[in-house]
Amino acid sequence: MTLEARDLTVRFGGVAALTGVSFAVAAGTVTSLIGPNGAGKTTAFNVITGFQRPTEGTVHHDGLPITGWRPHRIAARGLVRTFQKTSLFPGLSVRENVLTGLHLRGRVGVTAALLARGRVRDEERRLGVEADRVMDFVGLGARRAEAAAALSYGEQRLLELAVGLAARPRLLLLDEPASGMSASEKVAVAALISRIRDERITVFLVEHDMRLVMGISDRVLVLNYGRLIADGDPASVQRDPEVIRAYLGAGAHAHP
Amino acid sequence: MRRLAPAIGLAVALTAPAWVWNPYHLHTLIMAGIFAVLALSLNLLLGYTGQLSLGHAAFFGIGAYASALLTVKLEWSPWLGLLAAIVLPGLAGYVIGRLALKLRGAYFVLLTISFAGCVSLVSVNWMDLTNGPLGIPGVPPVEIALPGLPPLSLRTKSAYYYLVLAAVVGAYLLCLALIRSRVGRALVALRENETLAASVGIDATHYLVLAAVASAAMAGFAGGLYAHYTRFVSPEVFLFTYTVTMVIMVVAGGKGTLAGPVVGAVLFTVLPEALRELTSYQWQMLLYGVLLVAVLFFMPEGVVPALRTAWSALRRRWRPS
Repeated sequence: MTLEARDLTVRFGGVAALTGVSFAVAAGTVTSLIGPNGAGKTTAFNVITGFQRPTEGTVHHDGLPITGWRPHRIAARGLVRTFQKTSLFPGLSVRENVLTGLHLRGRVGVTAALLARGRVRDEERRLGVEADRVMDFVGLGARRAEAAAALSYGEQRLLELAVGLAARPRLLLLDEPASGMSASEKVAVAALISRIRDERITVFLVEHDMRLVMGISDRVLVLNYGRLIADGDPASVQRDPEVIRAYLGAGAHAHP
Repeated sequence: MRRLAPAIGLAVALTAPAWVWNPYHLHTLIMAGIFAVLALSLNLLLGYTGQLSLGHAAFFGIGAYASALLTVKLEWSPWLGLLAAIVLPGLAGYVIGRLALKLRGAYFVLLTISFAGCVSLVSVNWMDLTNGPLGIPGVPPVEIALPGLPPLSLRTKSAYYYLVLAAVVGAYLLCLALIRSRVGRALVALRENETLAASVGIDATHYLVLAAVASAAMAGFAGGLYAHYTRFVSPEVFLFTYTVTMVIMVVAGGKGTLAGPVVGAVLFTVLPEALRELTSYQWQMLLYGVLLVAVLFFMPEGVVPALRTAWSALRRRWRPS
């Protein structure tokens, strides 16, 4: 068991974004969280990664309660996320973006930076090699010197993945990594997510593209109006009458 | 060019007392050096973490008062006074950094302005300690005491010039060492995207406090240098004009570059003096304003980035390979 959320409730004033949601994400899987717009998917991500404190409920990672931890501490534990809206270090180059993502893999602090330049040089060389590896992994190796802001939209989303991967996640939370992409780009992203899982990184995915979700997920969770309405393998979730109602409206019926 | 430009700059700076005969011009250069340390310190916060401190004169003033009071009232050695001018403002920077836990942008600006306001009021009203608006005269000069030799007093302008130059080089190297490491990348990450920085494990508070302490300590040291140079400290050291001048130097020189603040400091200390000699007072301020606007209009990134762009364009034209 990697990640476990118990009875998560988040209320903004009188509005409940999440109500008593419990689920688990097993190590080594690709687990997807789906649901209509406003169902509470991003709120769930925010709670898990420390950007939002839950009104009630707890989050455990490998048995350790991490509820209420600050985001950078949760990241240091190996829970790394990307964001729904493209989120990069826009003024930096591709390589500098990835190097910044490698922060947790470095050790140099102020004292070493000022007094032990040899250690800094060694670390910079080591991080440079790791940055190259990450850039090649997502296929941005040829674009390393480009400014992040100058990349195409699809490349920017790949760079986000690279920055997240650089932080050496054990659990990678991807918030709509394929939104706004062309069909061929989506295929590439799906293949990339499979390769990430092959690197033994657990993937927790929020995504709207059903073909992508059903193609790569081991398990699918469905949220609607802040409640968990289904939890199972892709095939059973697709047949679930309540899921179909949530997506197509109250009058809809499942057709075989 | 990357290596050549600083080398030329340093060579010119090292020989300056030999060809600047006018003592007033040398005084201007010493003030340019003190402002260069101040601009470098402000650049750590404004240029790298992206937070604007509009109370930077407070750290400068605390450094000046700390060194002046300790050497005048407790008769400490000026070197220990200068050390206190690093430590005490550094502590103040720590407090500001901690208070800024969740304050960014305009709120950080307001915090620093209020802090500077408080410190300035203390310097005016705590008569017993600071002598109020009358200030503290008789701050001793810095002396270099080598064993076996009579103590060498840095009373002359050219001697003090070299002390200030050493401080500028030291501050520059300190910034360089911080920026070209994982620490510098973390500072820049806060400026570029603090949310993403947190999600890859960068502790924003830690690095903001660090930048604030380093910045305040450097500004304080500049204050100490100022106190032992003018030999007199009064509440004027807290003037808002000083902070504004620092901001102009950093922004016009090129914020977020290492050379920018130094170039900005020299430019905007020498420029008003040059205009004073060329024109009358009214024209001086007017021309200064027009030139400042022109710099920001034609070189919005600052002088140093603009020169870099121009240089690489020139090289491409000469060597089209």
